[in-house]
Amino acid sequence: MSTPATSKTTPTRPLSPFMIGPYYKPQMTSMLSITHRLTGLGLSFGAILLVTWLVCLASGVDCYNMILPHLTAWYGKLVLVAFTWALLYHFCNGIRHLMWDLGKGLDMPTAEKTGWGVIVVSIAVTAAVWALALATK
Amino acid sequence: MSYRSPLGHARGLGSAKQGTHHFWIQRVTAVALIPLTLWFVFSLARLPSADFDAVTWWVAAPSVAVALMIFIGCALYHSLLGVQVVIEDYVGGEGAKIVALLLSKFVHVVAGVAGIFAVLRISLGALA
Repeated sequence: MSTPATSKTTPTRPLSPFMIGPYYKPQMTSMLSITHRLTGLGLSFGAILLVTWLVCLASGVDCYNMILPHLTAWYGKLVLVAFTWALLYHFCNGIRHLMWDLGKGLDMPTAEKTGWGVIVVSIAVTAAVWALALATK
Repeated sequence: MSYRSPLGHARGLGSAKQGTHHFWIQRVTAVALIPLTLWFVFSLARLPSADFDAVTWWVAAPSVAVALMIFIGCALYHSLLGVQVVIEDYVGGEGAKIVALLLSKFVHVVAGVAGIFAVLRISLGALA
């Protein structure tokens, strides 16, 4: 009678342990996987900031000029560089996921190779985008 | 031992026949976001300035306005599906989970409508 109601209605189902914890040792592929999720969550927040920026732009020059100094300040640029990398990482690793959905590159050596590829390409393209941005300003 | 709950036994309905819909739309928006993201990142990088006139001029161009609205729609739909999975994975307790899912849905819809309305206002306002 004192047992919780859930144990009476729900059978005990098997659970697999979470990839971060005492059960698995950290691996490059699992770290990339959790980074995909974290960048995804960060980008959801970034999408709201993007919309805020556009709504402010649509409200007129006064609102826009209030946030512009923060965007161009060093800390604003730092946040924008972080969002650029997060977007490009999620982009590259997302293509890696789509390849897996097609059944390609699922073996460990290839998965590790494409994993390093995602790290290198996302950082290189972030650098290229900011070099282009600073050169055209 | 059966993994089926008593309620599942009583209803005996099986799946809702929508098992692949979430998975599929996540992939459809992902594929759409490949060209859209490249366009968005490099267009912003190539803007001559971040000031009001330069950005307004960029958003107001019909091709940019249309692409930007599709980008906002696809990105927020993709985000909604992703955040839903994260909530389902990590938020324990049915009440907290449903509240978090509803909140996420509302925030995404408000962001989508606000973003698209802002682009329309800038683009159509530029005609006047």
